Amino acid sequence: MIKQVTRASQTQHFDVLVAGAGPAGMAAAYAAAQSRARVGVVDDNSGPGGQIWRGLPVAGETPVHALPKQAAEWNARFSNAKIAMIFGAKVFAHPEPGILAAETWQGSVVLDFRKLVLATGARERFLPFPGWTLPGVMGAGGLQALVKSGMPIRGARVVIAGTGPLLLAVADYMRHAGARILLIAEQAPANRVRRFATKLLRHPAKAWQAAKLRASLAGVPYRMGTWPIAAGGTDKLEWVEVTEGKKTQRIACDYLACGFHLVPNTELAALLGCQMDAGCVHVDDLQETSVEGVYCAGEPTGIGGLEKALVEGEIAGYAAAGDTARARQHFTARAVARGFASALEETFALRAELRSLAAPETLVCRCEDVPLKSLERHKSWRDAKLQTRCGMGPCQGRVCGPAVEFLFGWSPESVRPPIFPARLESFIAAARIARDPAAARQ
Amino acid sequence: MRQMIALQINGAPIAVPSGTTVAAAVLSSGVKRFRRAVHGEPRAALCGMGTCFECRVAIDGKAHARSCQVVCAEGMEVRCDD
Amino acid sequence: MAAPDVVVIGAGIVGAACALACAREGLSVTVIEADLAGGGATAAGMGHLVVMDDSEAQFSLTRYSVELWRELSGELPQNAEYTPYGTIWVAVDGEEMAHVAGKREFYAARGVATEILDQRALAEAEPHLRAGLAGGLLVPGDAVVYPPCAARYFIETAERRGTKLQIGRRVVEILRDGVQLEDSTRISAGVVVNAAGSWAPKLTPGVDVRPRKGHLVITDRYPGFVRHQLVELGYLKSAHSLSADSVAFNIQPRLTGQLLIGSSRQFGAEDSSVEHSMLVRMVARAGEFMPEIGGLLATRAWTGFRAATPDKLPLIGPWPENDRLFLATGHEGLGITTSLATGALLADQLMGRASRIPHAPYLPGRTFQHAEQT
Repeated sequence: MIKQVTRASQTQHFDVLVAGAGPAGMAAAYAAAQSRARVGVVDDNSGPGGQIWRGLPVAGETPVHALPKQAAEWNARFSNAKIAMIFGAKVFAHPEPGILAAETWQGSVVLDFRKLVLATGARERFLPFPGWTLPGVMGAGGLQALVKSGMPIRGARVVIAGTGPLLLAVADYMRHAGARILLIAEQAPANRVRRFATKLLRHPAKAWQAAKLRASLAGVPYRMGTWPIAAGGTDKLEWVEVTEGKKTQRIACDYLACGFHLVPNTELAALLGCQMDAGCVHVDDLQETSVEGVYCAGEPTGIGGLEKALVEGEIAGYAAAGDTARARQHFTARAVARGFASALEETFALRAELRSLAAPETLVCRCEDVPLKSLERHKSWRDAKLQTRCGMGPCQGRVCGPAVEFLFGWSPESVRPPIFPARLESFIAAARIARDPAAARQ
Repeated sequence: MRQMIALQINGAPIAVPSGTTVAAAVLSSGVKRFRRAVHGEPRAALCGMGTCFECRVAIDGKAHARSCQVVCAEGMEVRCDD
Repeated sequence: MAAPDVVVIGAGIVGAACALACAREGLSVTVIEADLAGGGATAAGMGHLVVMDDSEAQFSLTRYSVELWRELSGELPQNAEYTPYGTIWVAVDGEEMAHVAGKREFYAARGVATEILDQRALAEAEPHLRAGLAGGLLVPGDAVVYPPCAARYFIETAERRGTKLQIGRRVVEILRDGVQLEDSTRISAGVVVNAAGSWAPKLTPGVDVRPRKGHLVITDRYPGFVRHQLVELGYLKSAHSLSADSVAFNIQPRLTGQLLIGSSRQFGAEDSSVEHSMLVRMVARAGEFMPEIGGLLATRAWTGFRAATPDKLPLIGPWPENDRLFLATGHEGLGITTSLATGALLADQLMGRASRIPHAPYLPGRTFQHAEQT
């Protein structure tokens, strides 16, 4: 049952609220809905699926592209469960305990919860290099997302670069959409990637996927130990230069789909005061964070891919709804999924050369146009922010933050509301809604 | 066959299948520049998922809309930076 | 190494201005900052350079300092964003317009140019203010600056004259002849200047400075939406309340086209988290003057702590119990404005000469007119 929220200042009450409708969120909501809990899901996107399953058909619609079996199964489970779905709503504040404020295109909504599952997923890591701000340079997942959202790609020349299994998945999708993939450049060295591929044999589903991918991409050059060093063109992308450390090659192309693996979206968790471990949300066996009643599942607890997201989502959903017995039944599957996660991290670690790609004039902060040379003299993220405005723009450091962390070792600061830019009227609307309408309010 | 949605991009009419985001519609129409950066350089969508804010355009007069997160609606007027 | 003539505790804009003023006199200066230069209240504040008329002493200090800022403006770096926007004090009704007339007389008698705006002139000057306001007073000589970069410029200019900056080192005790740091080292000095803002009482017990929390929020870029710094006349009521949490309409354009919205004041609030209810009160108040701001996107919100004294005037001068200790603190919401004059007054006192304005009202040894703060 889908409810598009357009009226301002509505409050919705839930026993279990799930923030994020990607695989982890879908699994958590489904699991929680098996009990008699009132379950809701809120997501900024227009439908479920998150990034990896973007564009899942809503009940009644026929899918635009063929869905992986697992996605179709989960979509069916999710759609048939008793879950209130609030799409097109971005959570921006936590005005008081048990309340999240979210903004929609036209209005805002206030979400009252007893238990909360954070399934906020991950975003791509972007690293600066000369020309990376040209129109036509996108994330790897970014290009895929745009194509899935209706951008035409048939016949376009695409170079895919960066790191991570996402590159292959994107290449596969692009091929099916009719793009001409000129090159896939994976920065991780060949020996590490090959070791990773053999590890996949331990995960049958993944081995099968990998083989399928290899077959589908036969004929597309896949070069490891290769990374982009520059992009160029007049007002838009026209070419990309890549290197393997010795020789440089210039490739004429229409799009560069470039992302350096993923960083977890932990802003909402940080806003709620959840404890972090090395940039990820700390959770216990039942996926509960350091904040009572707040659970976390999927990429924010550690970048680990689809299986980890699904199983952690289920555990969190059962746990949040009070069914710890069912939650525990998934512990073994989670251990297996997490094994894959650590292999991922090890294989696709960023090489040192990537720290030297940016030239002094290369912009690091795209929102505020702050070049590398302005940042180098500062000793901390906060100092750089105050003096140069880096990170003070609308993306709130989502793009430049992971970059400066890699370039300078600067850690992100504490998070303040709003965690997404939101209209001032939405702040006011959120405050007017009392958690308990009968309670006296000034 | 999906329904077609008619909208305007920089004053020019375009029709896209329902479910298309404004960002995808902008790119479909051949427009490469979504916005101008602080120092005037052209910028376009980067992350495709609402976190980079590079795809901001004015939609129905409302500035700074993340076009990759807005689904096209009939009659929408989209303006990119000149 | 010879002991410096002056040790300044705190590299906020006040400490930085003091360091610069002393360095210009040829004094050797060391500035000790526990965190970031310009990272405390300096980073949180609005950077409004304003001539105030709420008391003779406040007027004197702010007018002197705004003049010093104007003289300096040509050499400030671009990132300090000095812009002579001017202030409009907004009147909602006839009663406040009468107040406006009084303000104009006060300023005129003291040589500060102002212009009374009637209802129509106000609407022309600021089209996004709501209809039905009575008018206002334009003070064209007021300006806006971006404080962290201005403070950094003061420090760097002082450094070029030999000032030493020690960052990341915390003073834990002020001694008779210098300071003791957290790492147990001592730095001797001829004179110590406590410019530690809200932390000043920790180092000089008995200094009556209390933190006054304020919220701010900044929007995305809407160039031309606001053209002057706009402040409601009721701001003075908020700034003068000794106990109640209060908000006032106060909005500032920035060169980026972003709008900076304040202001709020709370007593007794000790943690720096953004309080949704306070933020909303402040934004709602702003909305009563500019209804369209509701549709603007807020990109960041933050808080800061002003260093407040019982009589609203800063403490600039020697501490009675230790004649080698000087204070430069307690500037409440006018620290950015009065930083330069503070530096000037301090340097005058160290050099044993009269200041351009009487310094008695700011002496730390004074009796406070308002005896209690709740």
